Amino acid sequence: MGRYVIRRLLQFIPTVFFTMFLLHYLTSVAIQFTGNPVRALFGDRRPPQHVLDQFTRALGLDDPCLEQKLNPCFGIFGDRLTNIFLHFDFGTDLRFRPVTDIVADALPYTVRLALIALAFDAVIGLLAGLLAGLRGGSFWDYLVKISTVLVISVPTFVLGLMAQQFGGVNLSNWMREQAWIPELISRGIFTTSYKPDYPWASLVVPGLVLGALNLATTARLTRTSIQENIRADYVRTAKAKGLAQKRVVGVHTLRNSLIPVVTNLGIDMGVLMGGAVVTEGIFNIPGLGRAILSGILRGEAPVLIGIVTLLVLVYLFANLLVDVLYAVLDPRIRYD
Amino acid sequence: MTDPMMSTLPTTETGGGVVPGAAGPGAAGAEERKERSASLWADAWRDLRKNVVFLISCFIILVIGSMALFPKLWTSQDPQACHPRYSKLPPSWEHPFGYSVTGCDYYAQAIHGARPSLTIAILATIGILLVGGTLGILAGFYGGWLDAIISRITDIFFSLPFLLGAIVFLSLLKPNEPAAQVASITGVLIVLGWVTIARITRGSVIATRALDYVQAARALGASNARLMFRHILPNAVAPAIVVATIALGSFVSAEATITFIGVGLRAPAVSWGTMIATHQQYINSDPWLLAFPGGLLVATVLAFILAGDALRDALDPRLR
Repeated sequence: MGRYVIRRLLQFIPTVFFTMFLLHYLTSVAIQFTGNPVRALFGDRRPPQHVLDQFTRALGLDDPCLEQKLNPCFGIFGDRLTNIFLHFDFGTDLRFRPVTDIVADALPYTVRLALIALAFDAVIGLLAGLLAGLRGGSFWDYLVKISTVLVISVPTFVLGLMAQQFGGVNLSNWMREQAWIPELISRGIFTTSYKPDYPWASLVVPGLVLGALNLATTARLTRTSIQENIRADYVRTAKAKGLAQKRVVGVHTLRNSLIPVVTNLGIDMGVLMGGAVVTEGIFNIPGLGRAILSGILRGEAPVLIGIVTLLVLVYLFANLLVDVLYAVLDPRIRYD
Repeated sequence: MTDPMMSTLPTTETGGGVVPGAAGPGAAGAEERKERSASLWADAWRDLRKNVVFLISCFIILVIGSMALFPKLWTSQDPQACHPRYSKLPPSWEHPFGYSVTGCDYYAQAIHGARPSLTIAILATIGILLVGGTLGILAGFYGGWLDAIISRITDIFFSLPFLLGAIVFLSLLKPNEPAAQVASITGVLIVLGWVTIARITRGSVIATRALDYVQAARALGASNARLMFRHILPNAVAPAIVVATIALGSFVSAEATITFIGVGLRAPAVSWGTMIATHQQYINSDPWLLAFPGGLLVATVLAFILAGDALRDALDPRLR
């Protein structure tokens, strides 16, 4: 197991390296074709040339290779790597704010959002899948089947806009007139955008929107997995020797059925962090997704490279964790 | 690679299920192919033409497909002929979807909006089948160092988050003309999407390679290329086709999402994504401006996903 983990960790290196180079190359080409991003700082005004030069030099954008189209700028890439890995210096945005600060500010929002989404995903997805799997062909089975397909085929942004309108505007307006509903619900949970007064409550609806797609996948996966296992010989044996239904389902069936589900949940964590771009945009949450988008729009290469590399690392570690958990949950699986 | 996928198309065209007997889906002209792939696909077709959900999905796909191919069949209005005087007029008998905020006939826009969405989805799906299929076959058939290299590359691309990757790529490419936008979105979807197909194809090629009939063909002196394309591929392609069908749906949805974020298609191009993105601020006052393109989008994605699900059930011999 230890050797396996080390081998996997070593495999992270080319992936992270490749991702960083790709981002570096794309941002360099963008500068080569569209020109110096520093000009955007001044808006309509034309700054004096020496001011522009000073800013450009301070931001490290004065390298001549940024004027030669399609040049991969290996020099800048090397500097970036040494700064990041030797000095833990991820660079700054155009306003000289360190990328580490931007990440430190934005990360809590995205983590909270992803945790809420994951909680919905795990709890509701598992319960729905269990209910549908145990009673195949029943009303619940069809309900879960139909609703999950519907959720999967509604793009997240459509779902987000709908939740914002019906939950954040219509339902919230109605609730505010009802005196017996506490403000936490009427103003906190049902809201059109993130509110600092309700740091968790106002992320509930966005979290549900973000987690909806994965919730549907989890429910379907649990359902299939339970239906496969409930017909297995060992479950029949457990029933035949007179174990209580609770024990047959809880210990024998569920534990074996959970293996693919846990895998999926782990991968979800990475997907959720990256997928937050859309949800954070719709609900105006100042998280990593928003930081990436504004970094892209302003042409701030260090912001983009820093945050995306971080997200890729999260994704890789989540996948590794899943594979390790796989072996823990299922003794038949061995890595050596 | 796309051959068997095309051979499933006749199932959609003869949707009513009038083909008698066990005429396989490959029967549409190619006698010789029918014999080769008769069992699995013919069995699947026998199941599918009794499957109501599958037939309804195919019908929806046909309707949307005809909108994309022949928009003139559905509307005579020009989607670009707009007048601000008509801005946001609600649906009426002559103009069933009303008018957009810029005063264009919304029904005509919705019909013409099918083309870019479907073009991108279909081209991207063909792309991932070609790229992922080829790499998957090569890795699975030859094994060894080639497999190691291809699998490592697959791992690298697999660890790039899909949506995030698409946004980053497209925002830095920033194409301007509509054709270049379609091409770049398609390219990005292929670059980020081929991985699943490659993994699945590799797995099923490895499983098929070891079968007796392949060994027999090899003993008879068949070349590697013949083994791969005549013997292994027809039996290893089913899982990839299922994933490709579902991928078609998710690409339609991905295009709309990318466009909504603002890095995909941009006006004057008309697609369901641009229609939703332009009108999202009117969700409160004129919800129908979002309901029509949103409804078409969801129906299309739903149809592809349900068709893919039905295809998977029909092609899985364990479920028989």
